[in-house]
Amino acid sequence: MSLSEVDEKVGDSSSTKLNRVVIRFAGDSGDGMQLTGDRFTSEAASFGNDLATLPNFPAEIRAPQGTLPGVSSFQLHFADYDILTPGDRPDVLVAMNPAALKANLADVPKSGIIIVNTDEFNKRNLTKVGYAANPLEDGSLENFQVYEVAMGTITQGALAETGLGKKDAERCKNMFALGLLSWMYHRPTESTEQFLRDKFAKKPDIAEANILAFRAGWNYGETTEAFAVTYEVAPAKLAPGTYRQITGNTALAYGVVASAELSKLPVLLGTYPITPASDILHELSKHKNFNVTTFQAEDEIAGIGAALGHAFGGGLGMTTTSGPGVALKSETIGLAVMTELPLVVIDVQRGGPSTGLPTKTEQADLLQAMFGRNGESPVPIVAPATPSDCFDAALEATRIALHYRTPVILLSDGSIANGSEPWLIPDVEKLPDLSVQYANEPNAPDDSGEFWPYLRDPETLARPWAVPGTPGLQHRIGGLEKQEGKGSISYDPDNHDAMVRIRQSKVDGIEVPDLTVDDPSGGEAKMLVLGWGSTYGPIGAAARRVRAKGMPVASAHLRNLNPFPANLGDVLRRYERVLVPEMNGGQLALLLRGKYLVDVRSYTKVAGLPFKAEELEQVFTDHIGEIA
Amino acid sequence: MTATDLGLPQLGGLDLVPSTEEPQKAKDYKSDQEVRWCPGCGDYIVLNTMQSFLPTLGLKPENIVFISGIGCSSRFPYYMNTYGMHSIHGRAPAIATGLAVGRPDLSVWVVTGDGDALSIGGNHLVHALRRNVNIKILLFNNRIYGLTKGQYSPTSETGKVTKSTPMGSLDTPFNPVSLALGAEASFVGRALDSDKKGLTEVLTAAANHRGSALVEIYQNCPIFNDGAFDMLKDRDEAERRIIPLREGEPVIFGPESSDGELEYGVVRDPETGGLTVRKLAEVGVEQVVTHNPAAADPAQAFALSRLTGSDLAHTVTGIFRNVQAPSYDDLAREQVQTAMTKHPGDLQQLLRGNDTWTVS
Repeated sequence: MSLSEVDEKVGDSSSTKLNRVVIRFAGDSGDGMQLTGDRFTSEAASFGNDLATLPNFPAEIRAPQGTLPGVSSFQLHFADYDILTPGDRPDVLVAMNPAALKANLADVPKSGIIIVNTDEFNKRNLTKVGYAANPLEDGSLENFQVYEVAMGTITQGALAETGLGKKDAERCKNMFALGLLSWMYHRPTESTEQFLRDKFAKKPDIAEANILAFRAGWNYGETTEAFAVTYEVAPAKLAPGTYRQITGNTALAYGVVASAELSKLPVLLGTYPITPASDILHELSKHKNFNVTTFQAEDEIAGIGAALGHAFGGGLGMTTTSGPGVALKSETIGLAVMTELPLVVIDVQRGGPSTGLPTKTEQADLLQAMFGRNGESPVPIVAPATPSDCFDAALEATRIALHYRTPVILLSDGSIANGSEPWLIPDVEKLPDLSVQYANEPNAPDDSGEFWPYLRDPETLARPWAVPGTPGLQHRIGGLEKQEGKGSISYDPDNHDAMVRIRQSKVDGIEVPDLTVDDPSGGEAKMLVLGWGSTYGPIGAAARRVRAKGMPVASAHLRNLNPFPANLGDVLRRYERVLVPEMNGGQLALLLRGKYLVDVRSYTKVAGLPFKAEELEQVFTDHIGEIA
Repeated sequence: MTATDLGLPQLGGLDLVPSTEEPQKAKDYKSDQEVRWCPGCGDYIVLNTMQSFLPTLGLKPENIVFISGIGCSSRFPYYMNTYGMHSIHGRAPAIATGLAVGRPDLSVWVVTGDGDALSIGGNHLVHALRRNVNIKILLFNNRIYGLTKGQYSPTSETGKVTKSTPMGSLDTPFNPVSLALGAEASFVGRALDSDKKGLTEVLTAAANHRGSALVEIYQNCPIFNDGAFDMLKDRDEAERRIIPLREGEPVIFGPESSDGELEYGVVRDPETGGLTVRKLAEVGVEQVVTHNPAAADPAQAFALSRLTGSDLAHTVTGIFRNVQAPSYDDLAREQVQTAMTKHPGDLQQLLRGNDTWTVS
């Protein structure tokens, strides 16, 4: 088994102890690989490992069977210490068909384990993906440890007496694979069996069949001598507390629910289904009992329109989308900037431009969030770093929106949305109070007894939130420029100039925490690596590797992208070199160069997949070498 | 379960909006903003009608909201001393939907024009109508683009020569009433800007209707499409052209003959399955259809709407359809209320989930 530099291997011949393992389940879209990966993740979580996952699936629901475009995979990294990424390369590849093998082989390190389902390695399937000869026979896999298992056949055999049709029985082969891997890695099995019973509660025969297949896989490992060793990964020593596993999209949905509770406001999520954000809608639609209304609108524009209407009525308006949806919502975000109403726009970024790569990740929309509107239209931006951080980011976005009466864009991305990790469950008692005060009386400074909707709080520059139904505060707002204070329509040149600057000052003045720098060398590092969003994991993992080689490097992570932390300029100027890795063409680097006149170096990749730690390790090393 | 399913009396459009005993006057609804429509604009008459009509509802003025899009008519909210939002082009129904879902205590009105509602906002309009959200949509139809200075609109007659169509427009116009009925709107009406009484009648019924209401208002643009509806305002012409709808009455119109009978009636057309106008003397009053706006099947209302072509040879006015149907916002609130009552949310429990482990 190939091991990375920080790992060690101890143990006897029958059971080997490992610090970390990366497993990738790969198969056809219809093979149930996401479910298989999810279950193995739950087993690892309940065992107490730290973990991180990376689902990777095609945009097509069912691409033609057995083809390369139809390959779906789920990678899971679990360890006995705190890990930061889903892992670069799988130590174990489970390939359910030739397409899965072909699509993933390049990622498997030499001497890595490959478990193949031989049933699918027939001439037709091999030809379909361009294999001239069977790779299991032509010696091309001799550098790997290949285990050939006729998963479909064995599963069918195991289910022969259930009375289930051949086809249905064969479909349980993913649970066979899960059983086998669970045996190899000494995973607990009760929770999976319980899960299957619950999932198929209405079809007990299917539940039993899946459990039988799962046990058959386990027994196959236990009784055949094909697998010489098993592996153990001890529980991780995480901070004390109660944990659960959570994906980014679920954490965002919970963040929205918590925002409703903490602000004591009803939430209206106005939205339109779009990959990879739809799961937030699905999750929230289950939590109406927290005074959350989900409105699936006729389009993206109506979704955000309804959210803004809800905000005008005094509620917490939210919308969820991805890049193409943000483009459609731009005009309404501009209206929210002008009307200065609270609004949270959640953008789960995906590959662009246009429809781009719907199921792949990309830090595609930072500049769109920052500038994608007509006029001077500043919008605060918050970006979570990890799946569990999505919860806190949602609270942060809500806090800013309510406190400053402004739309806020939250930038998640595909890898955070679908990836999962352990989450130290927060104590609700310790969550922040997000409650707000509506305006309830006339405020005109001239004793006229009038209500001035644009008279601002001197601290925050927020305007009063006067909701319909409040007597005496009737007023009109809209997209036309407003007279500062009174809020009537104004085309006055000086007023417009002033209002543009006030709106900018309001966003610039939002309080955000200072940037903290991680430099274990105690200040020896000459290079700072600065990231934002989902690059947090790979940057952190790569920095660990570089430091382990004896090279100091500082790292920092931006969670607030508008406004930037007040100390950002000082931090940037402190280093001989600042490197900004991004999964885009260098959008943050452009902002930093423009704002701080610092010669930021950009390292970019736009491949639809997260950075690999080994890739960034090389990049960091090269840069450090240049300034040595 | 809805009130309708249970056979309970359906709520009226304003039943959840707080009322006041305090007498109100039209001027209470006038804002301090100077009205800036062109002299002679039909919008003035509609504004005045609205300001005299609202006091009759006896609602707390602070519980009335006007939401508009973009266009001349969409300036309307600025002139009303209520809550209001002048939003963006075509999106007012969507914004009003979000407001209405969260606030059953508000009377929510959308003010829109033919371009705003039927071009850029066509999608939102039909969806608001099919959902049956408790909002009242006033569509000011002047059959021209006014604010952008005179291009043809989706209700302009084919062949219209405008700044953007010097050789005549090519598109077939929308009939807004037909469109709304096609979307199965539960309330559809039409009135003329100059007909204060007729407009007030339709507005009153719309306000009291629970669910979406579409009211098309023919409105004159004196600058870019002056006189578009003049033939409906000339007394003699109007008699022959306007077909007023009255609930439970046969659809007859036209000048009175010496024996006190009206000249025309609307009868079934066996050839098309639709309706057609015939001289009463030829067909007899027993052939004339009776108007039933509460009919569940919108077919006859639709057939009535088809009598109005873009030449306005016949113009049907009044309430085409007014049926009880569950409104989206009531149902949405009901789901939330049910969920909150049955399983009150426990945030800590939600965050915990079912699958946890503890690190000590």
